Amino acid sequence: MSLLEVEDLAVHFGGVKAVDGVSFSVEEGEVFSIIGPNGAGKSTIFNLISRFYKATRGTIKFDGQDITALSAHDIGQLGIARTFQNIELFDHSTVLDNLMMGRHTHRNTNWVQDMLFLPSVRREERGHRKQVEEVIEFLELEAYREKLIAGLPYGVRKVVEIGRALAMGPKMILLDEPASGLSVEESQEVAFWVEDMRRDMGMTVLMVEHDMKLVTQVSDRVLAVANGQPLAMGSPAEVQSDPQVKAAYLGTEVDA
Amino acid sequence: MKVIFKTSYDNDIDLHEDGWARGKIALLLAVMALLPFVVGEYYLAEVTNTLIWALAGMGLMLLVGHTGQASLGHAAFLAIGAYTDAALMNIGVPWLISFPLAGIAAGVFGAIVAIPAVRMSGIYLAIATLALFVIVEEVIIIAEPITGGVGGIFAPSIDIFGIDFDRYSNLDNFYWLCLVVVALVTWGYANLMRSPTGRSFLAVRDSEVSARALGINVTRTRSLAFGLSCAMTGLAGSLMGHYIAFFNYELFSIFISINLLLVVTIGGLGFIQGAFFGAILISAVPQVISILRDTLKSSAGIDLSMPGLDTLIFSIILVTFIIYEPNGLYGRWLKIRAWFQLFPLARRDMFRRQKTYVKTERMK
Amino acid sequence: MEIIQLIVGGIASGCIYGLVALGFVLIYKATEGVNFAQGDMMMLGAFIALGLVNSEYGALAFIPGVILAAAIMGGVGYGVDRFVVRKIFGQPQFALVILTIAMGFVFRFVAGAIWGFTPLVLETPFAGKVFDVGGLIIGYEDVTTIIVTALLTMGLWAFFQFTKLGLAAQAASQNQMAAYIVGVPVHRVNSMIWALSGAVSTIAGVLYASKGAIDPNIGLLGMKAFAAAVIGGFGSLPGALLGGILIGVIEPLAARYLPGGFSQMSPYIIMLVVLVTRPNGLFAQIYAKKV
Repeated sequence: MSLLEVEDLAVHFGGVKAVDGVSFSVEEGEVFSIIGPNGAGKSTIFNLISRFYKATRGTIKFDGQDITALSAHDIGQLGIARTFQNIELFDHSTVLDNLMMGRHTHRNTNWVQDMLFLPSVRREERGHRKQVEEVIEFLELEAYREKLIAGLPYGVRKVVEIGRALAMGPKMILLDEPASGLSVEESQEVAFWVEDMRRDMGMTVLMVEHDMKLVTQVSDRVLAVANGQPLAMGSPAEVQSDPQVKAAYLGTEVDA
Repeated sequence: MKVIFKTSYDNDIDLHEDGWARGKIALLLAVMALLPFVVGEYYLAEVTNTLIWALAGMGLMLLVGHTGQASLGHAAFLAIGAYTDAALMNIGVPWLISFPLAGIAAGVFGAIVAIPAVRMSGIYLAIATLALFVIVEEVIIIAEPITGGVGGIFAPSIDIFGIDFDRYSNLDNFYWLCLVVVALVTWGYANLMRSPTGRSFLAVRDSEVSARALGINVTRTRSLAFGLSCAMTGLAGSLMGHYIAFFNYELFSIFISINLLLVVTIGGLGFIQGAFFGAILISAVPQVISILRDTLKSSAGIDLSMPGLDTLIFSIILVTFIIYEPNGLYGRWLKIRAWFQLFPLARRDMFRRQKTYVKTERMK
Repeated sequence: MEIIQLIVGGIASGCIYGLVALGFVLIYKATEGVNFAQGDMMMLGAFIALGLVNSEYGALAFIPGVILAAAIMGGVGYGVDRFVVRKIFGQPQFALVILTIAMGFVFRFVAGAIWGFTPLVLETPFAGKVFDVGGLIIGYEDVTTIIVTALLTMGLWAFFQFTKLGLAAQAASQNQMAAYIVGVPVHRVNSMIWALSGAVSTIAGVLYASKGAIDPNIGLLGMKAFAAAVIGGFGSLPGALLGGILIGVIEPLAARYLPGGFSQMSPYIIMLVVLVTRPNGLFAQIYAKKV
């Protein structure tokens, strides 16, 4: 049984079929990328999986459980974390605070205990902090711990976004254009992190990307979509050489 | 320059960063506790009033400053707290029970209001709370048997285990009572903000979308914030009722709501200390104005006792703060403290605000 | 018959709420700012008109006096934006809410200082004159109110739909930085919209004054106008008018047929009902953000 199973997923906004009949499955520990031209519905698929949009048709199953109708905040509890294309960090908090917010799905105290700050709350806080420190170490964010997000450069913010998703301790992470706006070096670091996530943390990674170099370097399988419909699915090499994909997205060779 | 050397996570988890900070708070509490022996009755009453306003301000601060929900009619919850407490005491319930009940009543009412309110955002919420305030005011007038209607209601003296805490006959005791209540609530509030609950409030304030993705139930978090905020304000309201001893709905007018907003905004939105700074300002400014007015009268014969002058001066102070110091008094205090801590190496423009552009709030 | 009488009167007073709400929505539609001093601007506009037109002050003829008052108030609106609101450019919406609440107090103080707090009556050419339509008594001022409101609403709607300034204002309200980049002088556009709003408020104030005495506290009517704007859905000009008329009609009916105290609450109860069922007003203008 695959970790994620998407069957005939579709969402219509009025007359616009943003996603129309997409099916794929992601195995545990796999790195699966979705590519396609802008407006193809890639982020929409993410939004459907993380339940920010309601699907018009189709089912999504995670770890055997049907999640098509769950609320957005329940998705986190199940072990799915995501990043956003336009960074949605908490601007007025520090990096550390942002990452600590990622531990919410693991909280074991209610508000009454919190208000009295019982010893159990303190123990929990220490535990959360330890987990967050591991993420900070993994992403090399030590220098930025106490800095407010509002003053940080774009590249660092993108990393914090990934860090916050990692802090959730998820089974599957959805990366929405993790390399967009990053320099060549920074994109390479993203590639290393994705590989480390898969190898050391056993995490399943679902990624939307335009950077074909990154996609080919880390992905096990790739799905190409255009106009909300699937074009091709397979290994990076297969998809890259698919004529339909070339026509819609990658570009064909010019006859000399 | 102050450097804090952290050796364990507890340094960050604790409320106070080091022994010095803890000492300062202990000193403050000691000074506050000894105040009745030092200061005359008039000023002690003023300080008590300030404490009560600080409590109310903290209630609004939780909602507006930390959870990002507007409330223009918070005086309604002051009223609910005051009337519940007085009404219960009038039928014989001892204060030790009626006081928490008043807070719970206000809190429950707040949670009920939250049910529709959390689905609204921004300006809709603000106006809805305003509407709610008007409705509560009218209901108070209509529910005459409980609330005394337009005539008003009498809040009986507080008697705990035989010790008299009445505000007029034993101001010292009443003051200490308020001090203890405020200290406890502040401690609870601070605990809340350093825990996962508090973080979820901040998350909902800063990015609802992210909060959802992080597994935070936005609706429930907002409702909790509403409930706690209204409960705190309700407690303040019941203390206010005892402070005035005899009150009617006019004590809780729209201007009180606006004063509360002033307290949290001028004090510093988003900081617990802001509620205190704002409360001090709200109490101090009318005093200062009347002193100035008297000196002007006696020295230069100019009579400035026009109606609305107080509110005008408040408004001008408010406008000045919003334009030049949006982080309020507490924000300004932080900057001053930073200047002293870094002396003489404070950099110019260290807190310079970047020019920001606003995106539409209609696309959320 | 009595009901129709109440309804007609209600429509007229609803038009006044609607006009104030219109001024409010104008500013929101163009700058996404919330002007809680709208009611007080209406009050100040009415007083300026009084100061120009009444025989013991300026003794100008009515129509020129009103137009001059509208122009002056437009100037005040422009000034408020230019010198105060502009300073908090870029700060979140909440700051403007507080700022305008404070401005409202300032306006009230100024009006009180100049004209005092005792109610005064504006001298209008249609005082006391009525139409008799088969037993139905409709005052001249009510008819004028309804006609003027309808014309103004249509005019403003057309302004936003078809003129360059209107479109520029809408652009600026949706994304300030982008508007700047394409050459919209955002600051100046905002100030002009505030001026327009000031002028509209004056008309509303004059029409209100034609029905009774005014004093500096009538600005509190602004709260009902906000309810009207909310019912209509922020950003919708016809919605604001509709909301105003709805409130204007239900208020006297509630006063007549429901137990005391309810008519005071009725605008707000209607508003809360609308908000619960359609959280963004009747003609909602909120879209989902694409993340």
